[in-house]
Amino acid sequence: MSERVASACMAFANWPRRLLSDNLGRLALITALVFAGMSVAQPALFLTRANFSSMAFQFPEFALLGLAVMVSMLTGGIDLSVIGLANLSSMLAVMAMRSLAADPHAPGAAPAIAVGIAALLGAGALGGLLNGLAIAAIGIPPILATLGTGLIFTGIAVVLSDGAAVLGFPDAISVLGNGALLGVPAPVLVFAALAAALAFLLNWTSFGLRVYLLGTNALAARFAGINNFRITLGAYLISGLLAAVAGLIIAVRANSAKADYGASYLLLSILISVLGGINPYGGFGKVSGLVLAVLSLQFLSSGLNLLQVSNFAVDMTWGALLLLVMVINTGGLRRPFGARVVRLIERRKR
Amino acid sequence: MPSEPLLRLGGVSKAFAGVQALREVSVAINRSEIVCFAGENGSGKSTLIKILAGVVTPDDGAIEVDGRVRPAWQPIDAMRAGIQVIYQDFSLFPNLTVAENISFNHELSQRRMLVRWPEVRRTAQRALNKVGVAIRLDALVEQLSVADKQVVAIARALVQGARLIAMDEPTTALTQREVQALFGVVRRLKADGVAVIFVSHKLPEVFAICERIIVLRNGSKVADGPVGAFDIGSLSQHMIGRRLEQHAGARSHDFGAEVLRVEALGRAGQFDDVSFSLRTGEVLGITGLLGSGRTELANALFGLAPADRGAVVVGGRRVRITSPPDAMRLGIGYVPADRLTEGLFLPQSIGRNIVVSNLETVSDAAGILYGARMRALIDEWVRRLHVFTQDADLPASSLSGGNQQRLMLARWLARTPRILILNGPTVGVDVGSKAEIHAIIARLASDGMGVIVISDDIPELLAACDRILVMQSGRVTEQVARSAVDEDSLAARLAG
Amino acid sequence: MQRILARNETLVSLILLAFCAVTAWIEPSFLSVAALFDLFRNSIVPAMFAVGVLLVLASGGIDVSFTAIAAFAMYVGTKAMIAFGMGDSILVAFLVAGAIGLVLGLINGFFIATLGLPTLIVTLGTLSVFRGFLLTFVGTQLITAVPTGMRAFSRTMLIRFTAADGTIVSLPIAFLLLVIAVALTWLLLNRTMLGRSIYALGGAPESALRVGVNVVGVQYFVYAYVGVLSSIAGIVHASLARVANPFDLVGLELSVIAAVVLGGARLSGGHGTILGTLLGVALIVVINNSLIVLGIPTTWQNVVTGSLILFGTGVPALRTRFAALRAG
Repeated sequence: MSERVASACMAFANWPRRLLSDNLGRLALITALVFAGMSVAQPALFLTRANFSSMAFQFPEFALLGLAVMVSMLTGGIDLSVIGLANLSSMLAVMAMRSLAADPHAPGAAPAIAVGIAALLGAGALGGLLNGLAIAAIGIPPILATLGTGLIFTGIAVVLSDGAAVLGFPDAISVLGNGALLGVPAPVLVFAALAAALAFLLNWTSFGLRVYLLGTNALAARFAGINNFRITLGAYLISGLLAAVAGLIIAVRANSAKADYGASYLLLSILISVLGGINPYGGFGKVSGLVLAVLSLQFLSSGLNLLQVSNFAVDMTWGALLLLVMVINTGGLRRPFGARVVRLIERRKR
Repeated sequence: MPSEPLLRLGGVSKAFAGVQALREVSVAINRSEIVCFAGENGSGKSTLIKILAGVVTPDDGAIEVDGRVRPAWQPIDAMRAGIQVIYQDFSLFPNLTVAENISFNHELSQRRMLVRWPEVRRTAQRALNKVGVAIRLDALVEQLSVADKQVVAIARALVQGARLIAMDEPTTALTQREVQALFGVVRRLKADGVAVIFVSHKLPEVFAICERIIVLRNGSKVADGPVGAFDIGSLSQHMIGRRLEQHAGARSHDFGAEVLRVEALGRAGQFDDVSFSLRTGEVLGITGLLGSGRTELANALFGLAPADRGAVVVGGRRVRITSPPDAMRLGIGYVPADRLTEGLFLPQSIGRNIVVSNLETVSDAAGILYGARMRALIDEWVRRLHVFTQDADLPASSLSGGNQQRLMLARWLARTPRILILNGPTVGVDVGSKAEIHAIIARLASDGMGVIVISDDIPELLAACDRILVMQSGRVTEQVARSAVDEDSLAARLAG
Repeated sequence: MQRILARNETLVSLILLAFCAVTAWIEPSFLSVAALFDLFRNSIVPAMFAVGVLLVLASGGIDVSFTAIAAFAMYVGTKAMIAFGMGDSILVAFLVAGAIGLVLGLINGFFIATLGLPTLIVTLGTLSVFRGFLLTFVGTQLITAVPTGMRAFSRTMLIRFTAADGTIVSLPIAFLLLVIAVALTWLLLNRTMLGRSIYALGGAPESALRVGVNVVGVQYFVYAYVGVLSSIAGIVHASLARVANPFDLVGLELSVIAAVVLGGARLSGGHGTILGTLLGVALIVVINNSLIVLGIPTTWQNVVTGSLILFGTGVPALRTRFAALRAG
C-alpha cells in the first residue's frame, strides 16, 4: 500500500520532468517564458490593451499561413507556394469585387463580396489542386513542385497587376481585417474557427488519421488500403484554401492586394510549423502546438518591437529560436525512413 | 597447413535487455571451410555473426583469431583480420559504378587523396574474376539485379583481403538459377582459401552447399557436425526442437463453397496463365523461389499491381480488382511480406496500426471517428490475438517481431475477410509465435475463411496448408495435396 | 544511346537549344556575339553559387543559406577593407570574404554534421540569423564607393574586341575565376576520394558510415566549401555591380537550387554533375535574357521560370513513374 502512495508521490513530484519531456508541455513553457520575459522588459508598453489588440490583429495572418504549411508537412511534404497563392487569390478576389461594385464606398456591396469570396476560395482550391496533382500524379518532389507553382502564382499576380497594388475592396469587407466582435478582433475569430475546424478534421475524422499515416509511411499506407493520391490531393487542397483565406486577411488589412505581400512570411510559416512540433518528415504534429508557436513568436516580435529592436533583428531572433528549438528537440525528431528502420531493427534484435 | 582454426569463439554469452540471446556458445571455424549456421529466427545466429564481426561485444567468453585471444574485438579489428560480413542489404552505393563500389573501401583505407581510376578498375576486375562472375564495371549498382549486387558485395569483401566471409541469409531474394550461381561462387571462394559462413534457415540449401552444420536453438548450440551426419528430418528437429509430424493437423472440417477462383490470370513480365480455386475453410499454400511470381500474384489479387489478363471470380461473381480498396471491398485481406516497410507504421501507436484498415467500422457516414468504438475495436483485437503490450498507445516499434506480426493479423482479422492472403507470415518471428500463428491460421480456416499462405518455408507449408501450388518463372508448375508430399519431395519440387 | 537519351543533361540541353532556337528565330540579334558574351557575364555569379550547391545536393543535403552567407561576407568584407584601408588589392577582398564564408559555412556544418539536424531547417534558420545579424549589427547602407581593388577587378577584361557590327564585346576576368572554380570542383568530385565520399554519403548514408567514411568530416567540408565559394561569388557580384548592397542576393537561392536540380542533381542526394549544373544555370540565364530580348515584360519572368521548373522536374518524374509501372 505504501508502495502505491510512494509511486503516486513520485509521479506528482515528477511533474516538471514530465512537462519538459512532452513536446507540447515544453512549448507551453516557452510561450509562458517569452510572455513573461517581454512583460518584464517593457511592462508599461507590453501589458497594455493597445498592445494586446495590436498583437491580436497581427498574428492571424501568418498563423493561417502556418496552418497551410502544417497540413502539407503532415503528409511528409512542404508547401512553398502558400504566399504566392495567398496573394494571387486575394488579387482575384478584389478584382471580382471591383467588377461588381465599382464604387467601394457605395452600400449594398454584399453580392460583390460574396462573388469575391467565391473567387478567392476558387483560386485557393485550384492552386492547391495544382500542387496536389504535381506531387501526387506526376511525382515531382514537394519542394520543387511548390517552388515552381509558387513562382507561377506570384508571376500571374504580377502580370495581372503589373506589379502595383490593386485597390477596390468594398468598405464593408474591411470589418474582416479591422473589426472586432465582443472585443475579439475579427481576424482572430477567423483563425480560431479555422484552427478548430482543422484540429477536428485531423484528430477526429478518417481523413485526418489517413493524413498522419500517409506521412508516416506512404508505402504501408498503400498496403493498408489508403488512397494516397486522394489524401495528398485533399491535403494540398486544404492548404490552398487556408492560404487563400490568409491572403484575404492580409489584403483587407492593407486595403489592397499586391503580388509581393508577405515575402518574409514563408520562412515564418515554416518556422511556426517546426517550432509547433510538426515533424518535417511527416506523420506528427498538432494544431495546438502550432497555436502555441504562433503566440510565442507574436509575443517575441511585439516585445522586441516595443524595445525598439529593428525588424531585421526580429528575423534574426526567429532564426536563432528555430535552431534552438531544433537542438532541444533533437531526441524526438525522426530521420528519413531508412535510417529509422535500421536503428529500430538493431534495437529490437537485442 | 596450420591446424588451428581460423576463428574460435569460446563460451560466448550475450543478453539484450534481459533476453538471453546467446548462452555459452563455442564454435570453431577452420580455414577454407564452408560452415552453415542453421537455426530459426531468434536462435541467436545474427548475434553470433555480429560478435565475430566485432559489432557486438559478448558479455562472457573469448574470441580467438589465428590462435590468439583477442580481448577487445572491434569491427576494424575484424576487418583487418580478414573477417567480413555481408548483410542482407549489402551496404553498397547504388549511385556509384560496380568498379567503384568494389574498390571503395580499399581506396579509402589507402588514405590517398586522389583516385586512380585505372587502378580502381583493375582491382575490381581482379576481384570479379576471382568470384567468377562477369558484370559490367561501369554499370551503376542501382541498375543491377539482387544477385549481381550480392556478387559485387562479395567481390568487395575479397578486395579487402577477406579470409572469412559470413553471408546472412544470402538466398532470400535470389531465383533458383541465381542460387546455383551463388553456390558456384562459394565453392570458388573455398578453393581460393576463403572460409565461408552460410547463415540460413532453408534446409535444402544447407545440404546443397555446406560441409559442416552448426545448429543454434534459443541461444544455445545444439548440434555441430559434418553435413553427412544430418538429414532433413534430424536437422529440422534440432532447429525446431521437435520432430515434424508427417501429417500435421488433419483437418477436422470440410471445405465449403468456392470463394475464389482464378482463371488464366497474368500480368506482363511477372506471371502468366495462373489458375486455381480456393474454397472456404481451405488453406492454400503458394510457394516458389524469388522470380516465381508468387508475390506478384498476391499483389495482383490485392490490387497493388493489377493483372492485365485472365479473370478473378470472388464468391461466384467475376470482378476486377484495380486497387487495394477494391480488394478490401470484396473481403480480401493481405498481410504483406515485409511488415517493417510495407505493413507497419512503426512510430505510430499500436491502436492506429490496427484501426487504419477498419475506419469504416469506427466512423460514421461523414467520416467522423468515434473514440469509444475505436477503443473497443483495438482492445478486442489486441486481446484476441494476444498482442503482448501494456498500452495500445505505445508505438508499434516497441513490439517484438512476433507481436508485430500479430498486430498485422489483428488489423486484417478485424475486417473479418472472406479471403486472407498471408505473405511470409512467420518471417522474423520467434519459434513460439510461429507455432501460435500457425494455430491461428488453422482456426481461421475452421471458422470458414479461405486462406492463402505464401511461403518458402517447407515445414511451414506442410504444417499449415491443405494444398500447395508450386510456381516457377511466373507459372504454376504443379498443384499437390498436402497428403501427397513430404519434406524431401516438396524441397525437390521447389528446387525445380 | 538510350542511356544518353535518358540522362537529365540531354533533356536540359534540348530545352536550352529549343529556347535559343525560338528566340533567335523571333529576334535574330539574340545570336549576336555581343549577346553571347552577355550571357557569359550574367552566368558568372549564379554559376559559382550553383557549383557549390551541387556539392551540397550530391552529399544528400540542401542549403538555402548560401546567398545570405554571400551577402554577409561581401558586405562585411567590403566594409572591413574600407575601414582598414586595405582596399587596393582584390586578392585581399577574396581572402577576407572567403574567410568569413568559411566560418559561416562551418557554423552550418556544426548543426548539420555534429548535431545531426535536418539540413533544410538548419539552413533556413541560419539564413535568418546571418541576414538578420548583417542588417542589424553591420549596417543597411549601400556602399557605392567600393574599394579600388574591386573596381579595378570589374574593369579588367579577359577578352575585349570589336565585333563585326561595331559593338564592343568584353568578358570580365571574373569569368576566369568561374572557370577555376568549375575546374577545381570537377577535380574534387571526380578525381579525389573526398569527392567520391561526398557522392557515397549522398547515395547511401548508412553504407557510408559502415564502410568507414568520415561522415562528419565530409559534411563539414561540403558546407565550408559552399560557404567559401558563395562568398567569393558575393565579392564578384559587388565588383561587377559596382555597389555593395546588403539586401542583394538573398532571394536567389531557390532559383539556383532549381537550376542545379534541373541539371540532374537529386534532392535525395548522390547524383549530379558539373556539366548538368552548368547547363541548368545556362538555361535559367538564357530564359531571363531571352525574355528581355523578346520584349516580354519582366513581369512574366516568374511564370516562365516556375513553369520551367515544373516541366524540367515533371518530365523525369513521369518517366520514372512509367518505368516503375511497367516493372510493376
